[in-house]
Amino acid sequence: MNGVLLLIPIALGLGLVGLAAFFWAARSGQFEDLDGAALRILIDDDADD
Amino acid sequence: MSLHDPVAADAPLETTMMTIDGVRCAACIAKLEGGLRHVPGVALARLNFSTRRLRVDHGPALDMAGLTDAIGKLGFEAHPFVGEADKAGERESRRLMLALAVAGFAAMNIMLLSVSIWSGADGPTRTMFHWLSALIALPTVAYSGRPFFDSAWSALRRGRTNMDVPISIGVVLTTLMSLYETAIGGAHAYFDGAVMLLFFLLAGRFLDSVMRGRAQDGIAALLRNLPQDALVIGPDNSSVRRPVGELAPGMRVLVAAGERIAVDGVVESGESDIDRALVTGESAPERVTPGTLVLAGTINLSAPLTVRAKAVGPDTAIADIARLMESAGQSKSRYVRIADRASRLYAPAVHTLAALSFVGWLIAGAGVHQAASIAVAVLIITCPCALGLAVPIAHVVASGALMKIGVMVKDGSALERLAVVDRVLLDKTGTTTLARFAVVSGIPHDAAALSMLLALAQASRHPLSRAVADAAVEAGAQPAAVHELVEHAGLGIQGTFDGVVCRLGRADWVSDQPHPDQDQVEVAFRFGQAPLVHILLEDQLRPDAAQAFDRLQAMGLSPELVSGDSVTVVGRLAAELRVAGVARMSPADKHQRIVELEAAGHHVLMVGDGLNDGPALKAASVAMAPGTATDVGTLAADIVFLGERLMPVPLTIVVARRTMAVVRQNFALAIAYNAFAVPLAIAGLVTPLIAALAMSGSSLLVVGNALRLKRAAR
Repeated sequence: MNGVLLLIPIALGLGLVGLAAFFWAARSGQFEDLDGAALRILIDDDADD
Repeated sequence: MSLHDPVAADAPLETTMMTIDGVRCAACIAKLEGGLRHVPGVALARLNFSTRRLRVDHGPALDMAGLTDAIGKLGFEAHPFVGEADKAGERESRRLMLALAVAGFAAMNIMLLSVSIWSGADGPTRTMFHWLSALIALPTVAYSGRPFFDSAWSALRRGRTNMDVPISIGVVLTTLMSLYETAIGGAHAYFDGAVMLLFFLLAGRFLDSVMRGRAQDGIAALLRNLPQDALVIGPDNSSVRRPVGELAPGMRVLVAAGERIAVDGVVESGESDIDRALVTGESAPERVTPGTLVLAGTINLSAPLTVRAKAVGPDTAIADIARLMESAGQSKSRYVRIADRASRLYAPAVHTLAALSFVGWLIAGAGVHQAASIAVAVLIITCPCALGLAVPIAHVVASGALMKIGVMVKDGSALERLAVVDRVLLDKTGTTTLARFAVVSGIPHDAAALSMLLALAQASRHPLSRAVADAAVEAGAQPAAVHELVEHAGLGIQGTFDGVVCRLGRADWVSDQPHPDQDQVEVAFRFGQAPLVHILLEDQLRPDAAQAFDRLQAMGLSPELVSGDSVTVVGRLAAELRVAGVARMSPADKHQRIVELEAAGHHVLMVGDGLNDGPALKAASVAMAPGTATDVGTLAADIVFLGERLMPVPLTIVVARRTMAVVRQNFALAIAYNAFAVPLAIAGLVTPLIAALAMSGSSLLVVGNALRLKRAAR
């Protein structure tokens, strides 16, 4: 029982951290271009300059 | 981004959005963005690959034409962005997404607790887990339920009901009931059900908000094409620039070369060519001389003109078109989306069922508590998760598939309307053809003549001249050393080679004698006194136009060509494509044709690009436009296709039909699920576990079925 009392708040806390991360990601436009993000990892950053 | 660029540092930046055609891979993105970064004046270029939208921040010196040119040099095609960015719609989508995220988070955590209850926890453990669930569920319902509560409340206040009313009642009742159950230490709390319900409903709502068509004002775009002022010549020959509102019939207006004409009127002096494409859709520039009628919104191409105004402001032909479009738009807004029709039937049915089971159990002798929990179970089980997902998920998957072949669906309901189309009308110029000229015959075989021709043709930027130059290059010509090149506006180009005069241009000018007007577009070439060479040109067909028409024919849609062009041109094209064609149609004629067909019970798809198609696009059940269309065309259309091919038109219809088939299957699945689950709920046999399984099971089934559309456009 004591274990549960400790673990449940931890589980909820971790969940909340994930939720906060999602809020941040959505607000900063991380989901605007999902197909593009998949392709952009293939672009060589320094090929251009 | 580019610190080496002085423009970025001081001048205020402008942002231009455009739609890009031809980006397919990572290398394309790098090439486009990297290439644009080296264009002077560009501070930032960022492509959204999912929507094919490019955002460019640039200095004020660059304009749309300059950017399009720069992008063209990189090998891509840019079109002005289709529609304005819709801030309100985006905010709504984002709000729904956040509500969805909260509901998802809560559903997962509550489910975690529920699993232990289902697997046998009881006594104080169960009560504690129920309280924990309540702790998570209550704020979640308050936050994520807002979109439904707001909408239900505003409907109720106006004395009406909508789909959100049973949803809100269901969620609130379930939560309260579960809270009571928890307080008395009961066995069944439906917190998991209530929150999962919100999650699935929000998923449907979110997808739907992404697919909702944004109200766009094609008419405003049309009137943007009119100049705001005109140079008026007074009786004493003084000229004053006056706003169009102050113009009156009878005034004389001076129109510079390259300027748009502000009035309908008659040319008094000057000779020039007029680009009438905006109003009539005719591809070739038209020659005007004193006495010719010109229309507001057309462009004076080559030389200054003095025009005596006959009609101004609201009396011009273009204002007529705007009015026609306005009235035509109303018929389309009468269409009721299939999901809305379903929900109209749905809300009363659910209320009645729940109320009946409550009353029924009371009569059968059950206590208020038991009857209420059964009524809540009925509400939860009938809540339209699968129904709410059935339509939007299919639309989203289908339009994603269409996006991959360069077709942009602006409104999900367009797919519904497209699926029932049984007639297709296509405009000619710019839709069936590319509105780009190519030489059909008359290129000389003699190498010397060919090289002179190329030298002359290269000297002008006139579209016909460029087409001739392309044909000459293709024939293997090298430009000859032609000197004293002079372009005579509206007539042609003249030069000398070895002291002999050579000309390329209008036949009557080149030969110095009157030449009968022809239906076909032609230019003439002459070297000294040698015989006249006639070069015939034609608006280029889209490369797969014939196959696309055959496909439409085979689908039983009897495609029809409607055009403002001459009978000869349309007749020849119609014969080539083996379809019916009607020529010399004014914007009002096209509109009338569609209204007649629709009145006869047909559902018409109009494919067109020009301003002259505007009213027809608005009047048709559903409208498509190529990406190269005018502002009016792209705004009036529900679906825009990019690229040179016409095949996307039949292909989109195929996808729309398959989408509707999937939507119908999804409805059938949702109904079958209800037919199975509702009796169980009424009988009082549903536990929270069964409710959770039934709800997620039916929703997943519907989503899985819709995912089959992913390959529909191949």
